[in-house]
Amino acid sequence: MLIFELSKRGRRNGAQALRRTGELNAIPAAQRRSSHMLLPEVSELDAVRHYTNLSRKNFSIDTQFYPLGSCTMKYNPRACNALAMLPQFLARHPDAPAATGQGLLACMYEVQEMLKDVTGMAGVSLAPMAGAQGEFAGVAMIRAYHEARGDALRTEMLVPDAAHGTNPASAVMCGYTVKEIPTDADGNVNLAALKSAVGPQTAGLMLTNPSTLGVFERTILDMQQIVHGAGGLLYYDGANLNAILGRVKPGEMGFDVMHINLHKTFSTPHGGGGPGAGPVAAAAKLAQYLPLPQVALDAGTYRLQDERDRPQSIGRLSAHLGNTGVLLRAYIYMRLLGREGMRRVAEYSTLNANYLMSELSKCGFEIAFPTRRASHEFIVTLKGLKEQTGVMAMDFAKRLLDKGIHAPTTYFPMLVPECLLIEPTETESKQTLDQFVVAMKEILAEARTNPELVKTAPHTMPVRRLDDVKAARELDLAWRERGS
Amino acid sequence: MPYIPHTNEDVATMLAAIGVTRIDDLFDEIPPALLSAELGKIPSGVSEMDVTRLMQERAERDGRWLNFIGAGAYEHHIPAAVWQIATRGEFYSAYTPYQAEASQGTLQLLYEYQSMLTSLTGMDVTNASLYDGASALAEAVLMAVRVHKSAKRVLMPATVHPVYRKVVHTIVRDQGIELIEVPYCTDCGHVIPEALRPYEGLDFAALVIPQPNFFGVLEPVDELTAWARANNMLSIAVVNPTALALLRPPGEWGADGADIAVGEGQPLGVPLASGGPYFGFMACRNQYVRQMPGRIVGRTVDRDGKPGYTLTLQAREQHIRRSKATSNICTNQGLAVTAATIYMALLGPDGLTEVAQSSHSNTLKLAQLLCALPGVKRVFSAPVFHELVVRLPAPAAAVLDALRSDGILGGLALTEDYPELGDALLVCATETKNDEDLARYAESLARILKQHPQQ
Repeated sequence: MLIFELSKRGRRNGAQALRRTGELNAIPAAQRRSSHMLLPEVSELDAVRHYTNLSRKNFSIDTQFYPLGSCTMKYNPRACNALAMLPQFLARHPDAPAATGQGLLACMYEVQEMLKDVTGMAGVSLAPMAGAQGEFAGVAMIRAYHEARGDALRTEMLVPDAAHGTNPASAVMCGYTVKEIPTDADGNVNLAALKSAVGPQTAGLMLTNPSTLGVFERTILDMQQIVHGAGGLLYYDGANLNAILGRVKPGEMGFDVMHINLHKTFSTPHGGGGPGAGPVAAAAKLAQYLPLPQVALDAGTYRLQDERDRPQSIGRLSAHLGNTGVLLRAYIYMRLLGREGMRRVAEYSTLNANYLMSELSKCGFEIAFPTRRASHEFIVTLKGLKEQTGVMAMDFAKRLLDKGIHAPTTYFPMLVPECLLIEPTETESKQTLDQFVVAMKEILAEARTNPELVKTAPHTMPVRRLDDVKAARELDLAWRERGS
Repeated sequence: MPYIPHTNEDVATMLAAIGVTRIDDLFDEIPPALLSAELGKIPSGVSEMDVTRLMQERAERDGRWLNFIGAGAYEHHIPAAVWQIATRGEFYSAYTPYQAEASQGTLQLLYEYQSMLTSLTGMDVTNASLYDGASALAEAVLMAVRVHKSAKRVLMPATVHPVYRKVVHTIVRDQGIELIEVPYCTDCGHVIPEALRPYEGLDFAALVIPQPNFFGVLEPVDELTAWARANNMLSIAVVNPTALALLRPPGEWGADGADIAVGEGQPLGVPLASGGPYFGFMACRNQYVRQMPGRIVGRTVDRDGKPGYTLTLQAREQHIRRSKATSNICTNQGLAVTAATIYMALLGPDGLTEVAQSSHSNTLKLAQLLCALPGVKRVFSAPVFHELVVRLPAPAAAVLDALRSDGILGGLALTEDYPELGDALLVCATETKNDEDLARYAESLARILKQHPQQ
């Protein structure tokens, strides 16, 4: 049932009714609204019950194991939320003077400093509101760098075929054309193809390392030389930073600019699809182009820098400082973990992934890159199973929902057929991983004995498989009152 | 170990299962020269108790203020239930609803959100949100250029929030899109149609129309929308969602409405929080829905014919279309939208109208009190919503500092962005202010102005 169907004309949530609404009204009659607003007219209890019940139709980290590859669905500590929502932090206006925000700005400054350290970069801007915006900022900085050198021929951005879709889309937003680089059989970027792709037209290479295939690009130092040797720059997509946090710094791998997904590595909540935060970090030669604002510490006082401080910046990406509340949650998480805890993130997420990969391999699952170590994630391919039983990766994923486990990422990266990209994260216990293996084994057996059961899954969710074709063909994007 | 559940025995069993002896062995594909990370700038971890104390101290240091700043972020009462429900783990810690069957809660909520915003704006369709108001305007400009096909220039009035204009410039510049600034009337405070005459008959993709504009002033939206249509360009409305309870929505502007409407969703139940996370909304005509960026939720049926909700039109998006996507946008602002939906449900049409009316009235009342002081004047003659510009007889920055000593944030000085307005302040009094608050501001300002020689 929709909230609108609970609605009744004339019903009020009395507690929210204002006792004084003011007698002044200077809105000209011609500008006044006369049409009805389709907002629910429900009691507070109706609304609370409705949305509480809706929440129960979701899978979430707090309720289910969520091994969604490439998304780093680790536990979101409650302390981070509670402390970021202290009333003074919530009430502060973004345009209030810096003098009224020294506590907040201290946190923001320290986030910048800590991110510089974990990335091995010279400068950090917290402005980007999501990973994709961080990518946009990083690519715009690459463009600014080449333009400042009068190097106008560099019109092409190289992107491996295994990259996230945001990489090519961000490059295009910055006016680049995209050239895809193929992948080797063992999961590395094809070096020969990279060598023949670079040239005076190369603006840079966007790379995720460990890659979306769940392996570390072992030839990263060669790749770095090839791209830099051709005058291009290296962009690091921080999507998989969790796998190397505290072990390897992107700056030391030779990357020039990167973004960090705080909602992955630094455990800020995914919130049903955002808000995230995608700070961008840069080596010294690109730091002057970082987006505004940045937090500076001058003689013991924190302040936001603007265009006068950083005239070469690519500019602003949001009306204010960025997703401050998300940044605060990341700050609290960083302080709770500290340097030892950050190293353990890489260690235990890698341990969990390799353990799962090995256990699944033992019970008959085909690993996409069996000779490689897993990073913090790995890929199972169900190509063989599909040929034998007709059961596809999507069916397998849906059947996992029936077992009370969120599906891994399916059909990404696109170059591995029938793939499940599995990322357990470091916050899951061995018991949980073992239960996952049991569920996977059960489904494998079901696929062989009763494939229809798997192909028609899920059976226990609030709805069964949805008609996506109808959704796209007969667009119904808003509820309208009957008769309207 | 915070948030890592492994016992020593677990680790030993797991390593043995993998066939290695130490965790370090799992990093053996990484060139050894790279494995040197020292985190020298990161302090040791602290307990939850200690970090709680630290954060409380920092929050208390920032204090609480009597706030009259608006300028695109507005202080409104947020019902207690809003964030109690939004931060339930099932909303807070869920991912983007790709697995629709296991995400019906988020998906239905987004569908309800789209329905509410569609009605509020009077438009045909709404997406599931963008990052914030400023970046939503940038996406609208990109969308208008895609729809228009021939033109890459957009008319951008100087009455649009100055930072929004900067953000749009950052985001569209590298695609060769040009923003042409349209001047405003310094007496009335809005764009006058005569100012558009030089652009008549020229090839522009869109005209941006803020309502209310950055000064709080109402623009002649019908004339501007009609002018855009007559000159073969799209109209992009930038609107405040609270204001839409009182003002004719963009879907009703001109002869048949604006083409795209965007805005900052923060006033709908999202705390000020030093600037984020907020959310941007975007609505448009049916015919442009395939050019719209961001996630969109549709209602459909499952294999038993039961209604359900799913992400739809994903072929526009980066994870499918890659370099040919309508935008690189991946996330929306799910949790902020969750809060906004619950906020709108708790207020209902009457509640939102009261908030809008009360904010409007309070701001007018504040203006009366302030303008009763010697030398304080309203700068613009045109009607406003819940914000307006006053000119002071003393340096704006010094007055704001002095007000702050009295615990009052007296508004935003416009001296830098609009030097032509002199010592001007943009002030806002929402429904959160009572008569005593307004009087306190006026009394404090009176005292301060007495101490400052008239200019």
